[in-house]
Amino acid sequence: MKFLRMRPGFGEQLIAEGDVDVADEEQALIEEFRRQLDEGMWAAVPTTRSDGRREAELVRAFEEIPRDTGRVIFFPRAAGGAA
Amino acid sequence: MIVALSATAIVVLALLWEVSMPWIDRRLEARRLRRRRRQAGDPGAAYDPGRERRAEQRARELLKSCVNEEEWAMYRDLGFLRVWGGQSDPDGPPDLRGVDYAYLIYPHKPIVAYLPQTGRLLNEYCVEFPDETRPYGSPRLPDSDDVLAKWMALQADERRIISEANLHLPGRQLDPRAIQRDLWRLGRWERERLARALRAGTGSQRQAEPADG
Repeated sequence: MKFLRMRPGFGEQLIAEGDVDVADEEQALIEEFRRQLDEGMWAAVPTTRSDGRREAELVRAFEEIPRDTGRVIFFPRAAGGAA
Repeated sequence: MIVALSATAIVVLALLWEVSMPWIDRRLEARRLRRRRRQAGDPGAAYDPGRERRAEQRARELLKSCVNEEEWAMYRDLGFLRVWGGQSDPDGPPDLRGVDYAYLIYPHKPIVAYLPQTGRLLNEYCVEFPDETRPYGSPRLPDSDDVLAKWMALQADERRIISEANLHLPGRQLDPRAIQRDLWRLGRWERERLARALRAGTGSQRQAEPADG
């Protein structure tokens, strides 16, 4: 599983990578996930429906991430703009 | 005559000097400031257009890998995405229950809600995704990352993103005529795409017929 983060001037950056079936690596992913959410990021998992249609899910806890997903994308949380 | 022309030239040069001195001063001061920030190790001091282009290129690849093929083609050809409303919340907003509505997503511009059947513009939802870590001095994501963030948020939790946005009537930030033109372009693009798909289907059917016969 890869954690990608959108960043100004970079595009996406790989911030963590690990196998969720390996305890140490899963723990490292959990800690990174929490750190990103603490920094105010939103986490999204791109998904593909059975009919092939692509969608996304926002996840608020590591346990909500499907175990077989390949990547989680972190991006800054939304804020109202140009009021 | 020569004396008069020389005097005039001197006066003109003196006036130009007076006018241009503040501009030269500002340029020199900005240059000194940039040099000081570079020496202090501030990466935001050095704007690098190549870096921004590479970031945008990576963002486009990420967007392409996440959205549907039709949506990617739409963004590539037209510069915006259409997302149907009510996907994550089948009931949708109470005033639009049972009505097909959609959003237009532009990079770093408000999300526009509209009724596809009539083309009527409903609202502008002003929303940003500022990264306050500002790795290069600016909180702005690359254009395609901004579009992908909006797409993912609308797909996953329409109600949440809409509630975070500042709601305005159409015309606050975007010219309604430009939006109507984009809707017209979108309609034409879809018709052309459908015609191409039909032609391709007919062509492959013709190729298949002799084999069947």
